[in-house]
Amino acid sequence: MSGRIQTATGTGLTALAVALLAVALWTDRLVRASESDAVDYASPLELLFSPDGSRLYVLCQQIEEIRVLDAATYAVVKTIAVGRVPRGIALSPSGDRLFVTNTWDDTLSVIDTRTLAVTATWPVGTEPSGVVEDRAGKHLFVANRISNDVAVLDAQTGEEEKRFLAGRGSSYLTLSPDGSRIYATHVYPNPPRVRTDLDNRTAPESEITVIDAAHAVVVDRMPLHGVAGVFHLAFSADGRIGVVAEYHPKNLVPLAHLEHGGAFAYTLTLFGADVGQPVEVPLDELERYASQPFGVVIAPNKSRLYVTIGGSECVIVIDLPRLLRFIHARQRPESGSFAYDLAASANYVIARIPVGHNPRGLALSRDGSKLFVANRLEDTISVIDTRSNRVASTIALSGPITVNVLRHGEQTFYSARYSFQGQISCSSCHIDSTFDGLTWDLEPDGFGRDIVDNKMLEGLKNTEPYKWIGTNPNLPTECGPRTEKYFWRSEQYDDLTLADLTIYIRNLPTRPNRWKLPGREMTPAQERGQALFAREVDKFGKPIPESNRCSYCHSGPKGTNQMISDVGTRKATDNTGRFKSAPLTEIALTAPYLHDGSARTLEEIWTVYNPDDKHGRTNDLTKDELNDLIEYLRTR
Amino acid sequence: MKTLCAIALLLTAATAACAAPQASVPKATASGVQKSHGANAASTVPQIPASAAPQLPRFRFENFTTANGLPDNHVFSVLVDGSRIWAGTENGLAVYENHTWKTYTTKDGLAHRAVLSLALDKRTGDVWAGTMGGLSRISGGRIDSYTQLTSGLSNDVVYGVSVEGENVWVATAAGGCRLDLRTGQWTLYNERNTPMIEIWVYGVSAAPDKVYYAVWGSGLLEYTQKTGRWDKYEDPDGENEIVLFKDQGLIHEIVTSVSYVDNIVWAATYFGASRYDGRYWHNFLTKDSGLPSNFINFLKGVDANRAWFCTDKGLAYYDGVNWAVYRPSLKDGKPEMTVRNAQGKVTPVAVTTAPAHNYVLGIDFQGDDIWVATAKGLSHGIRQQR
Repeated sequence: MSGRIQTATGTGLTALAVALLAVALWTDRLVRASESDAVDYASPLELLFSPDGSRLYVLCQQIEEIRVLDAATYAVVKTIAVGRVPRGIALSPSGDRLFVTNTWDDTLSVIDTRTLAVTATWPVGTEPSGVVEDRAGKHLFVANRISNDVAVLDAQTGEEEKRFLAGRGSSYLTLSPDGSRIYATHVYPNPPRVRTDLDNRTAPESEITVIDAAHAVVVDRMPLHGVAGVFHLAFSADGRIGVVAEYHPKNLVPLAHLEHGGAFAYTLTLFGADVGQPVEVPLDELERYASQPFGVVIAPNKSRLYVTIGGSECVIVIDLPRLLRFIHARQRPESGSFAYDLAASANYVIARIPVGHNPRGLALSRDGSKLFVANRLEDTISVIDTRSNRVASTIALSGPITVNVLRHGEQTFYSARYSFQGQISCSSCHIDSTFDGLTWDLEPDGFGRDIVDNKMLEGLKNTEPYKWIGTNPNLPTECGPRTEKYFWRSEQYDDLTLADLTIYIRNLPTRPNRWKLPGREMTPAQERGQALFAREVDKFGKPIPESNRCSYCHSGPKGTNQMISDVGTRKATDNTGRFKSAPLTEIALTAPYLHDGSARTLEEIWTVYNPDDKHGRTNDLTKDELNDLIEYLRTR
Repeated sequence: MKTLCAIALLLTAATAACAAPQASVPKATASGVQKSHGANAASTVPQIPASAAPQLPRFRFENFTTANGLPDNHVFSVLVDGSRIWAGTENGLAVYENHTWKTYTTKDGLAHRAVLSLALDKRTGDVWAGTMGGLSRISGGRIDSYTQLTSGLSNDVVYGVSVEGENVWVATAAGGCRLDLRTGQWTLYNERNTPMIEIWVYGVSAAPDKVYYAVWGSGLLEYTQKTGRWDKYEDPDGENEIVLFKDQGLIHEIVTSVSYVDNIVWAATYFGASRYDGRYWHNFLTKDSGLPSNFINFLKGVDANRAWFCTDKGLAYYDGVNWAVYRPSLKDGKPEMTVRNAQGKVTPVAVTTAPAHNYVLGIDFQGDDIWVATAKGLSHGIRQQR
C-alpha cells in the first residue's frame, strides 16, 4: 500500500464532549444490559392456524419455540422447543405435521400436530427460511437465505433431491390455492446481470420465482423492477389475486433528501387473473409512510387486504375492490409501477390500525372476522375485529412486559417513528439487522458524490471508527448526530434511547459461518489461501511491504486494523480516496464490495479494481491462487 | 495463442460454410417450418433398395437458418431439453419452443454472443452455456454469468461444460474447472495439479464415478470422483500423426471431444476417434472405418456400442458394426447418405434431405430424432420409419 496510514480522529471540542457523554451513558447502559440479559423474549414472528381453526401456532423466534394456543381461549396448549433462531413455519396439507425452519443450525423441525412433539429434525440448506409442502405430500420446498436457492426435499425422509436457483436472500414461500405453483421471494436484490456504467451503480432488481409444484421445476421468474426486500406473498382463496409485500428503495438519489420525496416507497405488487399485468402500488400516504411491509393476507370474500407494517407499527387495511378499480381505471405508467404516486393510496387504504412494536406475521380466522398480528418486539398478539378495524384484545405471550436495554434498542432500530414522516428506520436498509446489498448516496454533497456500499452490522463491536471514511469515532456518533442530521431529518433520540440503540447494534451476534469447518480445520484450499493472506514475500521472492500485506490492514479477529488508508479505489465521484479497512466478518455474504460497491464479487476487488497492487500485492497470483485466497476469506 | 487458433478454426468453419454446397433451407410458415426438399439424388446416386443396406437410421432433415428465425447460421452447439431445443450460435443463444425461436444475447446477461457448448442440469432444468466470454447459467429465463474476472472461472473461453449432481465441470482455454453449486467453490485443474501438460481443454464429460477432460495436445484426462485421482491417456505414438500401434491407446494427443456413457469412453481427435472400455482401446480412422473424416469436432455416445461423430465432412453414426454418413455431397451438395457394413462395403442410400452442412459441430438426441449443429444452420433429423 503506497498511501499513508493514519488513525481517524475526532475534531472539535463539541464532538469530544458529545462522545464523552455518549460513552458515559453507554457504559452505564452496558451494565444495565448485562443485568437484564436474562429476559427470554418470545419475539413472535409468524402465526398459523390449524386447518380446523382450533389452534393457533406461534413461531417465537428469540426463545426458539413454537407456542400452541387454543384459538378460542388463547390459552397455551403446549410449548415446543425447536432449533436455533427459527424463521419459517408451515403445515402439511392434511395438517398432521408442522414444519419449522431453524436458521442458525440449518435444520428443519418436524412436529406431529397430534402429539405436539418434534418427531424429526432434518439437516437442510444454509439458513433455511420459508417452507411449504406440496399437496401430494411428495415434496417439501425450503427457501435457503444464504445459498440463495430453494431446496426440494423428500417430504417423508427429508432427503434433499435438488435445489433451484432463487433470488438473493431466498426467504418466503407460498403455495397457490390450487396447489399447482409455489412462489418464492427474497430479501436482497439480485446482483446486476450485466456490468453497468457508473461502476455497477444501478436500481435494484428482484423477482418472484415460480415453481411448478408437481414437476418441481422453475417455470417463471416474475421481475420486480426497482424492488429490494420482498417478503410475504398471499393469494385470494380463488387464486385470482396474488399480492406481495416489498420495499422500493430510491437508492439512486441522495438519501439525505428525505424531505424531498423520500428514500423509500413501500409497495405491494399485485398479479393474477383479476389484475392482469402485474402492477406495483404504494402503501405510503402523502405525509405518512408505511415503513417496511412484511405480512399480507386477503379476506376470504376478497373484500379486504391486510398488511403488517413493521416500522410503522400498524396494520394497513385495503379495500380490495377499490384497489382493483384503481388499478383498472388508472392509466398505468410504462413501468407498471405507481410506487411514487403518494396520492394513490387514498383510493384504497381505508384504515391504519396501530398495533405493537414491529408487527410481522398475521393470520385471519377462517370466517375472516378476526385478524391476529404477531408483535415481534412486544411479545404480544393483537386480535383485530375486522368489522370495526380495531384491536379487540391483546394476547400476552410473556408475563408482564419488561423492556430491557437490548429490547429497547431493538425496538428503536426497527421503528420508523423518528424519521421525517415515518419513512425509514435503521431496518429499512439493514434488513433483519443485516444489510440490503445496495449502494447509497448518503450525504448532501450533490447527486452522485461519495457513493457508499451498505455494510453488514453483525460483528460491528470493536471495529470503530465508522463510516467508510472513518470519520465517526464511535457508534453513538454514527447512530446519533449523523443519523439524526442526515437520515431522520426529524426527531432526535433522547440520550438513553441512543445508548440503547448503540448497545443493541454492538451486541448483534454474528451468525454461524457456513464456510468454516468444525473446530480449526480448514480445507486444503482454505489453508493455501490463509498462507497467501499472511505471506510476506511475493512469488518473485520480493518482500511485500508490511502495509501492503492482506494481514496488515485486515488483522485481528474482525479482519480490520481500524486504520484509514488509500488502496487505490478512489473513483471520480469520491471526495477522498482514503477509507477505513473494512472488517472481514461474514464477507462471503455481503456483496457488493469496496466502499462504493463497485466490485460485484470478491474476485472483482482484485481482477478489476487493483491494477497497481495498492490493495495488497495480488497481481503476481495465478487464478487458482486467487481462488484459494477467496476460499480463505469466506471463512472469516 | 491457442485461443486465437480456436477462433481461427471457427472462422475457417464459417468460411467453409460460405463456400460449401448449400443444403435447402425451409421457409418459415405460421406453423413452423416447411419440409426441406433436396435435389433429386437419383440423378447422381444409383438407386438401391434400402433393405440391401444394414438397418441404420434414416432421417428426413428439416434445416433452420436465419431465414426462419435462427440468430446466426454458424451453430456451434445444440442441446435437447424435452420439447425445447437450444442452439448455441455465433450470435446468441437461441431456444426453439412451440415452433418459435427466441434468442438470448449479452443484453440479457449472456456472457458472450458466441455460444460454444451447452449442458442441461436434468434435475433442475437449468441450461449451462459455455461461451467465448465466460459461462452462463440459464434458469427459468434468468441468466447469471461467470467470467474469469467476476468469478473463479479459469478462463473466459469455455469450450465444454457438463453437469453432474451439484457440480458443473467446465473445459476452458486455460484448464478445466469445477463449480460446486452448494458452496460456490471453484476448483481449477491445470498443469499444476493434474497430469495435464497443455491446458487447452476442449471438452468434458462428467458422471458420478468419472470425469473425462479432452485436452488439445495433452490427451485424455480421467478423474475418479471417489479417490480424487487423475489418470492420463495418451497416444502411444507420441505426437506422431502416423499410427504405429493400432488399438493400443488413444489415437492422438489432440483430443477435441469426449463422451462417457455406460462406462465407455468415446474420444474424438483431429486425427481419428477412440473407444475405451477401461481395458481395451479401439481406434477409428477413415481408412478402416466408416468415418468420413479423421477431423472430428465433436462426438456423442448413445451407449456402450453406438456413437455419433461430427466431422468436417459430414455426420457419421456407428452402431457397433456398421456406419452411416449423412451430409450434403462434397461434390455437388446434393443430399447424401451412405452405409458401410462390417465388411467395409459402402452402399449409397437414396435420400432427399441432408443436414444443413457437412461441417458438423454438435449433436443431441430427441427420442429417435437428432438435432445437428452445423456451420450453415441447425438441422432436425426426423427419424423415418421403414
